[in-house]
Amino acid sequence: MAKFDRDLAWRGYRALVRIREVELAIAARYPDQEMRCPVHLSVGQEGVAVGACLPLSADDLVLAGHRSHAQYLAKGGDLTAMLAEIHGRETGCCGGRGGSMHLLDVEAGLLASIPIVGSHLPLAVGVALARRQRREPGVAVAFLGDGAVETGAFHETLNFAALHRLPVVFVLEDNGYSVYTPLAERQPPRPLTDVGLSHGVEGQSVSGDDFLEVHAAMETALVAARSGAGPQLLVASTSRWLEHCGPYDDDHLGYRPQGELERAKQRCPIRRLGDQLRKSGELDDRREKALYADVRSEIDAAFAAAFAAPQPSAATAAEHVYG
Amino acid sequence: MADSLQAARLLSVAEAIREGLERALDEIPEAFVMGEGVTDPKGIFGTTTGLMDRFGKERVIETPISENAFTGIAVGACLLGQRPIIVHQRVEFMLLAMEQLINNAAKLRYLTRGRQSVPMVIRLVIGRGWGQGPQHAQSLESVFAAIPGLKVAMPSRAVDARDMLMTGIRGGDPLVLLEHRWLHGVRGPVADDVDPDVLSGPVVRREGEDLTLVATSYMVLEALRAADALAAVGITAEVIDLRVLRPLELAPIGESVRRTGRLVVIDTGHRTLGMGAEVVATISERQLSHLKAPPRRLGLPDRPAASARSLAASFYPRAEEIAREAAEALGMDTEDRLHVERILDERREHRLVDVPDPSFQGPF
Repeated sequence: MAKFDRDLAWRGYRALVRIREVELAIAARYPDQEMRCPVHLSVGQEGVAVGACLPLSADDLVLAGHRSHAQYLAKGGDLTAMLAEIHGRETGCCGGRGGSMHLLDVEAGLLASIPIVGSHLPLAVGVALARRQRREPGVAVAFLGDGAVETGAFHETLNFAALHRLPVVFVLEDNGYSVYTPLAERQPPRPLTDVGLSHGVEGQSVSGDDFLEVHAAMETALVAARSGAGPQLLVASTSRWLEHCGPYDDDHLGYRPQGELERAKQRCPIRRLGDQLRKSGELDDRREKALYADVRSEIDAAFAAAFAAPQPSAATAAEHVYG
Repeated sequence: MADSLQAARLLSVAEAIREGLERALDEIPEAFVMGEGVTDPKGIFGTTTGLMDRFGKERVIETPISENAFTGIAVGACLLGQRPIIVHQRVEFMLLAMEQLINNAAKLRYLTRGRQSVPMVIRLVIGRGWGQGPQHAQSLESVFAAIPGLKVAMPSRAVDARDMLMTGIRGGDPLVLLEHRWLHGVRGPVADDVDPDVLSGPVVRREGEDLTLVATSYMVLEALRAADALAAVGITAEVIDLRVLRPLELAPIGESVRRTGRLVVIDTGHRTLGMGAEVVATISERQLSHLKAPPRRLGLPDRPAASARSLAASFYPRAEEIAREAAEALGMDTEDRLHVERILDERREHRLVDVPDPSFQGPF
């Protein structure tokens, strides 16, 4: 067991709490119908995004899928621009052209979020290919869900990336469900890392609810990818607490076995890391209270700024179709 | 300019494309070529032959049979400033990659308000004849041309093929370049200078006053043949090569129809929902008062291309059918119609329909 890095744990904890609070604030305000686009919230899954993004350098570039709020924030995406985008504002990260499913922040290194499952995986490999062609440093990181493993794009992409030994890390968030359909109804029983191995891609399995475990595995994967060992696969098991799309708990629909969600909540990545920080003496009630107050005030200000921003002018709707 | 025209060489469309690729790789460090067969001994009908030897495997990339992935990989490379040219040996292979083309290549500029762009060229080859059948002989330009964010072009001659490729790869948008397999061997003059306006829209190939024939790709050659035969009975047909299907610039066609009052559009693909439908609809909207006769359309019928020669015979319109439509539009008398048919019959050196007309050798 590696020595507990209190500073790293604190940075991770802060990022986890911030993302959770952003998502809960979106969920709380969503019924106001001011955020008029579909939202796929990351509540419960924050450990993967934060654990995988904190070890990244400025040269490393992320591509994400439809559930990308956590990745966007973990990679350093601008919070106000994200909320403005979800509110359909001109100051949004896509100027209101994309909505929640297309978050991007090029300066922060989140190049694109693509909500067609598997569609962003070739883009990530293209980014890695370009890095090599341009003799530039940096690893491409693609976040994907367990459903993406079923797409042809995933297999085609792994095959190509492995063939060319490209510097790309695939971070597979296995939350066990594609919308309402459990993994066992979609894939034969085998470790997801085996799928990578069939393409010659080494994989690691971690608990996505353990920030420190994800972080350590990601560091290992990045070292390998940077050293020319080719693509890496990180399989992180985790749980989505809310409905696939939207702000509500949907456990009453009965698509999960009884008690599964409650057990998942016991593995909460925030509580887990918080307990470790308390044990180390890094966290106490006072510091926690200050953290939440700080985060919530940032979020309130960001919501206010996003809401106050103008909607994009209808006169600009036809701009940027062609260069 | 005069010097370069004097220096024009006679190249086949395939040779001109190869020259365009070589010059793009030479002049643009961000350019690279990728596709199934780009490094093989046949080199995509000779269009990529020798490029890997000169530029190496990092810039001329042979690919697995993963059309969707390598199309998306090309789009991803664009996000870092690369300029990929990808190629599929048949249009049909691109159908496996439509997701990447329509969702990503055509949308990223708009989504990022121009901060990102996808300056890539997607070369697709339209097959025809020799029994290639339903899945190797489709001309699907109107499918691609339906998507905002894509540029779609169809060269009919060597110099345009090279210049569209070279202009497209220096541009800021994904360009779908549809090459007709029957044009690869057709020769034409190719000057050294690249025409930077080649993607601006239609061009008049033959001037005329009595009717306007608009065609794309290989059908431009059939239209020119029809115009030749019509000239024998004193009809001057203006032949316009549409060239760029999206964005669609119809002003030159409108200008022509204002003079001629008669319009026949010849699609390389299917007639129903083809480019001709769009051209006729728009010209009718804008120029109805100038039309002396209802506009007419020719194109492939509503069925797949069959393999057997006997089934393929009635599938492709030729100069004969174009002349017949022109005769209808003009209200030509029977004697003139028969004369035109006789000329076309005599000039076609043989009647086989599953290989290119031997008279189409160029230069044109």
